[in-house]
Amino acid sequence: MQIYINREAVEVNPKLNLAEILELQGIGLQGIAVAISNKVVPRAAWATTYLAEGANVTVVSAVCGG
Amino acid sequence: MNDKLTIGGREFNSRLFVGTGKFRSNTEMASAIEASGTEMVTLAMKRVDMANPADDMLAHVRRPGIQLLPNTSGVRNAKEAVLAAQLAREAFGTDFIKLEIHPDPKYLLPDPIETLKATEELARMGFKVLPYIQADPVLCKLLEEAGTAAVMPLAAPIGTNKGLVTRDLIEIIIEQSCVPVVVDAGLGAPSHAAEAMELGADAVLVNTAIAVAGNPAAMAQAFAKAVEAGRQAYLAGLGAVSRHAEASSPLTSFLD
Repeated sequence: MQIYINREAVEVNPKLNLAEILELQGIGLQGIAVAISNKVVPRAAWATTYLAEGANVTVVSAVCGG
Repeated sequence: MNDKLTIGGREFNSRLFVGTGKFRSNTEMASAIEASGTEMVTLAMKRVDMANPADDMLAHVRRPGIQLLPNTSGVRNAKEAVLAAQLAREAFGTDFIKLEIHPDPKYLLPDPIETLKATEELARMGFKVLPYIQADPVLCKLLEEAGTAAVMPLAAPIGTNKGLVTRDLIEIIIEQSCVPVVVDAGLGAPSHAAEAMELGADAVLVNTAIAVAGNPAAMAQAFAKAVEAGRQAYLAGLGAVSRHAEASSPLTSFLD
């Protein structure tokens, strides 16, 4: 199925949980945060969160800033 | 003497907070942070670039004794700021949040109404809120009532290096404030930081002036000394300013 991660279309296996999908995309799981449809998903829930077709996933990480 | 600063239940020995933007490299940034002796370091967030997901910025600032202060830069209103703060808490494991809502890209001046709304909500959610604000004494009192952990009035617009343009208002804020006052933005030279500390500011936040210096680590150290000197002068009690000369040597004539 297709989902969107940071507005980019990504094809994923619907049987995979959120943590597995992130890892498959090469996203390191430390120092990041994830929201689905602008709602934060706590880290502890990543392994039990499954996405729906067309889900909008936002993944943020640290960047330099004042 | 015990002169620690407490914000959000955490004690700080250093009153110099350092921002991580604009450094030429992460290595230069890390040396400047170390040289500054700071215990509070800001950082921002961005969407992970799917084409290039690795960014090791965090590895350079996550150090024992350093409190991370994620900011909400990029948000346009209170609602977005609350989401950004929740993301920051999740990503970096801290309740500290530098709340900055500046929709105008030319002067990056903070929106006081959205900032107040966001502070109320974030404080309720248990965040330690450090809002970046105009040097507005009335707003500072409203933020206090809203449960802010500190106030961060600007000395001058971000990145301008102009120094304490808002000096008179910052003096009023310091006089009235029941929460720590951190002078943020626009401090371009160690003397500006010393001036803010002499006025009684609890801390200063410096980024551009250190990051763009020829030698950022040396500049960071210079700022650290200035902050210490300014703080010590404030505690020692500065002499009053007088319009006329006041002799410091006897003026009685001793020659015939």
